[in-house]
Amino acid sequence: MRVLKFLLQKELCQIVRDPAIFRILFIMPMIQLLILPLAADYEIKNINLGVVDHDHSEYSRKLINKIVSSGYFRLKDYSAAFTQSMHAIEQDKTDLILEIPAQFERGLVKENEATLLVAVNAINGVKAGLGSAYIQGIIQDYNQDVRTQWIQFPRFNPQPTIEVASSNWYNPNMNYRLFMVPGILVMLVTMIGSTFAANNIVREKEKGTIEQINVSPIKKTQFILGKLIPFWMLALTELTIGLIIARLVYGIIPLGHYITIYIFASIYLLAILGLGLLMSTYAQTQQQSMLVSFFITMIFNLLSGLYTPIESMPQWAQIITRLNPVSYFIDVMRLVVLKGSSLTDIKYQIFALLGFAVFFNTWAILNYKKRSG
Amino acid sequence: MKQFFIFVKKEWLHIWRDRRTLFILIWMPVIQILLYGFALTNEVKNSNFAIFDQSKDEATTIISHQIAASRYFNLVKNVYSYKEIEATFKQGKIRLAVVFPRGFQYDLLHTNHAQIQLIADASDPNTANMLANYATAIINDYQQSINQNAKLPYTINTQLRMLYNPELKGAYNFVPGVMALVLMLVCAMMTSISIVREKEMGTMEVILVSPLKPFRIIIAKTIPYLFVSMLNIATILLLSVYALDVPISGSLLLLIGESILFTITSLSVGILISNTAKTQQTAQFTSVMSLFLPTLMFSGFLFPVENMPLPLQIISNIVPAKWYYIIVKAVMIKGLGFAAIWKETLILVGMTLVLLGISIKNFKIRLA
Repeated sequence: MRVLKFLLQKELCQIVRDPAIFRILFIMPMIQLLILPLAADYEIKNINLGVVDHDHSEYSRKLINKIVSSGYFRLKDYSAAFTQSMHAIEQDKTDLILEIPAQFERGLVKENEATLLVAVNAINGVKAGLGSAYIQGIIQDYNQDVRTQWIQFPRFNPQPTIEVASSNWYNPNMNYRLFMVPGILVMLVTMIGSTFAANNIVREKEKGTIEQINVSPIKKTQFILGKLIPFWMLALTELTIGLIIARLVYGIIPLGHYITIYIFASIYLLAILGLGLLMSTYAQTQQQSMLVSFFITMIFNLLSGLYTPIESMPQWAQIITRLNPVSYFIDVMRLVVLKGSSLTDIKYQIFALLGFAVFFNTWAILNYKKRSG
Repeated sequence: MKQFFIFVKKEWLHIWRDRRTLFILIWMPVIQILLYGFALTNEVKNSNFAIFDQSKDEATTIISHQIAASRYFNLVKNVYSYKEIEATFKQGKIRLAVVFPRGFQYDLLHTNHAQIQLIADASDPNTANMLANYATAIINDYQQSINQNAKLPYTINTQLRMLYNPELKGAYNFVPGVMALVLMLVCAMMTSISIVREKEMGTMEVILVSPLKPFRIIIAKTIPYLFVSMLNIATILLLSVYALDVPISGSLLLLIGESILFTITSLSVGILISNTAKTQQTAQFTSVMSLFLPTLMFSGFLFPVENMPLPLQIISNIVPAKWYYIIVKAVMIKGLGFAAIWKETLILVGMTLVLLGISIKNFKIRLA
């Protein structure tokens, strides 16, 4: 125990006396939590609309007005021909073209039927999907308006109709920040924890100070614990800073308990730091360890469900996400913050992470060799 | 010139003899493009949902089956109370619950009006929106099928055309983004670390006393990385065409030329970082903070730039990856020629010149 105490003292001194670490500790959360949520707004609005109106009738004007006043679309281009309108799409000036055929009004009134063309830039699938759904909804509404104008509907529905009522639970205002900020917090803690841990042992190797540790009466377990605990504390501090910012700036107060978050975070950090230390025992130079840790955290982050839903991934990728500690924490963070889940709701995730923690740390201890070369 | 090539050779040996780093440099883009190309998609499919059927009649059974059979949904369980719905949501097991009220079919056939409630987990707003849209479409289909013979008057049909990416594949959006990310990473981060490493190791002193001009030293450092990234460009393009089915619609030559230009831009960013950083750790953090995150955030491939607040939109203009991403999308996916992207190309050239100018001016010939 005394040995461990000395080791901890040494590591903490190294952290506290390194001005770079301190700067990173405060600047990282600022940038990530203050800028990233502003940028990470997936809400599909401001879709740029191009219109090709061959009809120039009262009906076509009403339709365009209805679309623009819906708030989702901005009229950015009004061309005489479809090819011109395509040009605007090529230059990314517009995302969606609505072509109204000549004789639109006549067709609708006289022949009971008219066809509109909607062409969407589908490179970004989500935007295309939602944009086309919105515009089709508006066109249907407009269609209903036209019908009520021409037909006197009977008091009872002539045909069976099903009314669909949707309700949005947990985030009724559809606020994207409520969804992103908890996830970004996880990313922040992960990046702080794992990159520092991954660099640490290699740095001692490169500087040669590891020799001294190798010849002193320190057990392997003590050595790894001595590296693990300071970074564990560092990352938990970072989590606290992050939670405070989330509360003060975004007004995000978890529905669940803060205790649940901290209990889960402390287990999670053991796993992720263990992984960092493991990489560190393998690498010979800092360049190697940085590249590897960067590469792995990048995969972990992008395949964590933070940006894209996990269910949409192919089966093999879903299996990878199950081996990814980050995805569990993001999942749990959102469950606790948005839905107020309790420890019993997330017991499966807790056991999984305990498994990771034991596995990575044991491997790291086994792989750390006191012999050099 | 001979001295110069000796330096290039030395630098090349650094990379070549560090097999682990070389291995990562070459395989990283392969793994990334495959992983992201296949796995990173915003399409909504196989979403877990639950049914709360209080009616259990013919109509509700058919609708439930139709929803469960669609590729968007995956039925995980039947629930029997609102409380159970809430509990299942809290365990994160479902994203949508479909609730049929009591006497659904009776109402539908006798009063011609029945209601279905969709409860979406809106913690992820877009997915919630899309799932509700898909479920509504399936229910509308069912409704249409029971009123087959009646045709409504005054109908506006919409013909929908998805341009460039008719299957709405995620890869079309992500491949150009991953290209920018990988090139930025390999070039900028690796060069900056390798230069700072010489400082940290003390070998910089040896180089500085050599007769070669500082400018040439720096160029010699970057050339091997330029080669590695050209190799990376080739593998990425081959993989995206043959493995991900993302075709190159425009001119291949133009695409490669623009990629080399972007590589040079990234290399000059790397040199600039190495000028300011003193330790490898700082170099890495600066690269992550000033390159990786901005590339991820502001290039437009993950987050729509037009949704951001104005100050951020302005900042996004100084991120080189944003322009490269626009270029790759235009050439590779839309199949446009140089005429459509000369502005973006000019911006990248300008950035490169400015960055190189600053870093040459700041290059210290003396040790601190």
